[in-house]
Amino acid sequence: MMTTHNQDIVLRGTNLTRRWGGLVAVNGVNIELLKGQIHAVIGTNGAGKSTLINLLSGEIELSDGRVELLGKDVTNSAQHERARLGLGKSYQRNTIFNELTVFENCRLSAQANYQQPWKFWQDGTSCKLSTEQAMFVIQKTGLEHIMHRPSGVISHGQKRQLEVAMCLATNPQVLLLDEPLAGMGADETDRMLSFLMEIRKDHAILLVEHDMDAIFKVADVITVMVNGSVIAHGTAAEVKENKDVKVAYLGEEA
Amino acid sequence: MKKYPVIFLGCLLLSFAAIPLFGGDYGIDWMTKTIIFGIFALSLELLVGRTGLVCFGQAAFFGIGAYATVIFSTDVAQPLVAFLLPISVLLAALYALFVGALSLRTKGVYFIMVTLAFAQMAYYVIHDTPIGGGTDGIYLYVKPNLPGNISLNSSLNFYLFTVFILFSVLGLLGLITRSRFGRALLGIKLNEQRMKATGYNTYFYKLAAFVISGAIAGLAGFLFAVKDGYVNPELLSWHQSGAVLIMIILGGLGHLRGALIGAFAYNLLEEFFRSEAIFGVFTKHWHLGLGIAIILCVALLPKGLIGLPSLWQNKLVGKTAETPDDNDQVSSSGSGH
Repeated sequence: MMTTHNQDIVLRGTNLTRRWGGLVAVNGVNIELLKGQIHAVIGTNGAGKSTLINLLSGEIELSDGRVELLGKDVTNSAQHERARLGLGKSYQRNTIFNELTVFENCRLSAQANYQQPWKFWQDGTSCKLSTEQAMFVIQKTGLEHIMHRPSGVISHGQKRQLEVAMCLATNPQVLLLDEPLAGMGADETDRMLSFLMEIRKDHAILLVEHDMDAIFKVADVITVMVNGSVIAHGTAAEVKENKDVKVAYLGEEA
Repeated sequence: MKKYPVIFLGCLLLSFAAIPLFGGDYGIDWMTKTIIFGIFALSLELLVGRTGLVCFGQAAFFGIGAYATVIFSTDVAQPLVAFLLPISVLLAALYALFVGALSLRTKGVYFIMVTLAFAQMAYYVIHDTPIGGGTDGIYLYVKPNLPGNISLNSSLNFYLFTVFILFSVLGLLGLITRSRFGRALLGIKLNEQRMKATGYNTYFYKLAAFVISGAIAGLAGFLFAVKDGYVNPELLSWHQSGAVLIMIILGGLGHLRGALIGAFAYNLLEEFFRSEAIFGVFTKHWHLGLGIAIILCVALLPKGLIGLPSLWQNKLVGKTAETPDDNDQVSSSGSGH
């Protein structure tokens, strides 16, 4: 599977390994994200899913392995450099700027593409490109009606939406979403899932999620991790039928 | 939302105009000193209030600016502001670049301690080597001239010059706050991890803020040296770093006017507790009174002195006033003074 040299591979991790002392949190994981695909990573608690995402985003250093983004080797690039190249990340816990308005949250995120910090005499909001991009993602995620409210006071589901909106504001090729459905109600989950289906065509999406029903609904490819290693990989149907997965993860459910 | 900054600027202008008319020489001297500390406090506000970096070594930049002013004017018949001001600002900025480049690799308490260590290092270099003249300090015999041979010997000229510098610094920081750079700094203060994930090189942003802050502190040091005509190592001591930190906390973090109000309040309190007319023989224990007063202020006013108006408003109008007030807080911290 690693030998394909497909043009559509936007993010590739090879032999990704992270050790914390004697503990191997992620052990020789290979992963490829294709444009237009939702790739889900599932696994029990402590399987190393979040660590994997952080290795790809550059938040945690690799002990071993290699990361390629859009054909470039970014193994030694800092997180912000990978972000500038087109890697967006949302967090499991909300990491929005609570004190700022919904709009300013998106605008500040969009500004990352047009930073020009030396233009100190210019009002930040007069930067048309970042303002437009912010409005674009606010409309796309349906947050217009609350865009002027401080983001700290909006509902949890709206915060999760804002989290994704901020992620999209830099127009990244790759989206790494760490449990975007965490704590959401059924309606909100459905809305988020259809939103992910909608934006799928323009992005490669890596999804770490606990909600199995949701994953089987939207994921094109599923990777199953146990104790830091990949034990299965394939479409939803394939993974469901995989014996190792049944034993290790789905357990009595299967 | 813009109500308070406008009221504040009005009061500031009025008091600046009133001092030369009614304050006499003593008033001018006191106000000049207070404005210099106001500029010093503004430099730290950029770090603590805007970027979330608690620097406990700000006095080093202040002291370096002050010492540079004196050292570079010793062999000159008539020193010039046009030379001394840039050189003292530049040297302070260079030291800030050095300190910032190393200390910004740490966070939180470690950052506080590392900046303190670097400031103490500068203190001992000035204190124990020949360049600084030791504990005795050095005198500035001739005050520098402004372009056009305007002498700063006249306390009124110097006062007006200081006011001019204050408004320049306020204007610069006001512009920075609303610029893309300033907004990114606020983002770093609120959530640095998110800023990194979005694509900001937060280390660079923090370093830039640190150098600008150091430069402004150096500018305040320059003014201080010219005002007093004398520098000593105590300008760089941790007491000074602590005092300026107390000023901005006393005034209220997150607003430029907080730093100025804090500097005014601190100097007023000091003046009060050092007044023999009021305290007689207890005047020599003025530190105690000042300390207690500051503890009371900080304990009773968690948002600092700038939180007073909204506190009164809440008391008078009742709980209903809380919601619009919170909105004001949020939007002004995003975009205003």
